[in-house]
Amino acid sequence: MNEEVYARRKKVNALMFALTAVCAAVASGTLLAILGYIAWKGASSISWAFLTNIPKPLGEQGGGIANSIVGSAKVVGLAGLMGIPVGVLAGVYLAEYGRGKYAFAVRYAADVMNGVPSIVVGLFAYALIVHPMKKFSALSGAVALAFIMVPIVLRNTEEFLRLVPGTIREAALALGVPRWKVTMFVILPTAGRGILTGALLALARVAGETAPLIFTAFGNRFSDNGWLNPIATLPHTIFTYAISPYEDWHNQAWAAALILMAFVLLVNVTARVWLRPSSGTSH
Amino acid sequence: MDMMRPMPLPPETAGAAADKPIVISVRELRAGYGAAPVLKGVNLEVKEKTVTAIIGPSGCGKSTLIRCLNRMHEAIPGATCDGQILLGGRNALDMDPVVLRREVGMVFQRPNPFPTMTIAQNVAAGLVLNGVRDRAVLAETVEKSLRRAALWDEVKDKLDAPGVGLSGGQQQRLCIARALAVEPRVLLLDEPCSALDPIATGRIEELLIQIKDQLTVVIVTHNMQQAARVSEYTVFMLMGEMVEYGLTRKMFTQPADKRTEDYITGRFG
Repeated sequence: MNEEVYARRKKVNALMFALTAVCAAVASGTLLAILGYIAWKGASSISWAFLTNIPKPLGEQGGGIANSIVGSAKVVGLAGLMGIPVGVLAGVYLAEYGRGKYAFAVRYAADVMNGVPSIVVGLFAYALIVHPMKKFSALSGAVALAFIMVPIVLRNTEEFLRLVPGTIREAALALGVPRWKVTMFVILPTAGRGILTGALLALARVAGETAPLIFTAFGNRFSDNGWLNPIATLPHTIFTYAISPYEDWHNQAWAAALILMAFVLLVNVTARVWLRPSSGTSH
Repeated sequence: MDMMRPMPLPPETAGAAADKPIVISVRELRAGYGAAPVLKGVNLEVKEKTVTAIIGPSGCGKSTLIRCLNRMHEAIPGATCDGQILLGGRNALDMDPVVLRREVGMVFQRPNPFPTMTIAQNVAAGLVLNGVRDRAVLAETVEKSLRRAALWDEVKDKLDAPGVGLSGGQQQRLCIARALAVEPRVLLLDEPCSALDPIATGRIEELLIQIKDQLTVVIVTHNMQQAARVSEYTVFMLMGEMVEYGLTRKMFTQPADKRTEDYITGRFG
């Protein structure tokens, strides 16, 4: 082979390798940069009082985000209670029974739904619940988040159910066990860890959603008052504080963002550690 | 390969099986996948409390045949099956498959214990999933079934360990115990030793010879020595048809059909 051509190829190879490595660094570096910046800006404003107090009246310094933390927990929790069972059972349908046109339509709809802008989902929940009830509410926020969770949980459940080997299904059927029992008591537990992990990740994902909550949960500067009244949530509070003209609110927004990021990161890491199969139980 | 060596002869007692009653009688069984026929009208009788081996080259339909016997065949999308499979006077093809499968159990090619269950839970699964809750009954069934599957001594101290933690041969015997726990009249085995080493294979063959006093065994095997060692009756299949059926001892010494002779002497297959 010609020496010159070979040298040129080696140079191009080195260049392309360097390019891919730099892009990989940008991709992973973004997370570190966000985490670092938020920690730098937010850490100084975090205190016990910040976590346990509700906001001070307008114009006064200080106050906290206790109501937003509780509100986020309530709205996301209720969204999970509604969205996870629907998503899991629909996933069971697709994986175990879904062959015809209906299943194709459901699967396609779920994929499209995954790409629908979350603010549109918020508008839908507004039209569905807020408008008829003539009231912003924790419930409407939870419904909006549940709509976002369902397709994520559904597709994840289907994927993990499909990973269960057909031989396991055959083994259970051959024992004279009815089909639905095979699905509920053999197949579902076998995929259980993956399904639960997906559900946790979906919770973490919607915990950070802001747009669907703007005209559903609406926000509240006081402690919440039941499911049918407006409620403060972390992402929405961050949004409100960040666009305000007050320096004190800006600092609180950074601190609240740090809390939210820490929560999402914690759930993510927990879910991934949990999913990793422990050594003695499988090969 | 070693097909050319002299075949081990099946036990002399085989002749006594001739007068045993028929438990399964297959008539004009046709089966396939979509438009492709696999079984082209198979007729067969299986005698009670015997071991019947089904042999034949790959693709001859032997697995499809036994998968029809407990209707696992139809669990595959597009599978077709018609004809008659008489089991105690009823046509198995008209029965509720769930009920049929409790009478006709099955063990598969690869060991497939339930990965989320312990050894004891695996054995008891068929009973528990069908509503048995009595702990004493379950414990008794677990021990009895594991003893019948010749696994009890190896696992009695670790019944609560995961089933998938056992060796391949032990897992396959666990699957046999699981199938026996629901007390089937017939046990089907689809090449149960194809994933196992010779020692594990030997254990399974011994236990098959022992359990045939209690139930009927039908085994599909690639391995002709295995058929000769464990079975009293052998079925030779070729291209979706049953070529020869008879006492194993006779088939391996004086095959009636030229094709059977060619196959068992290793000229093809």
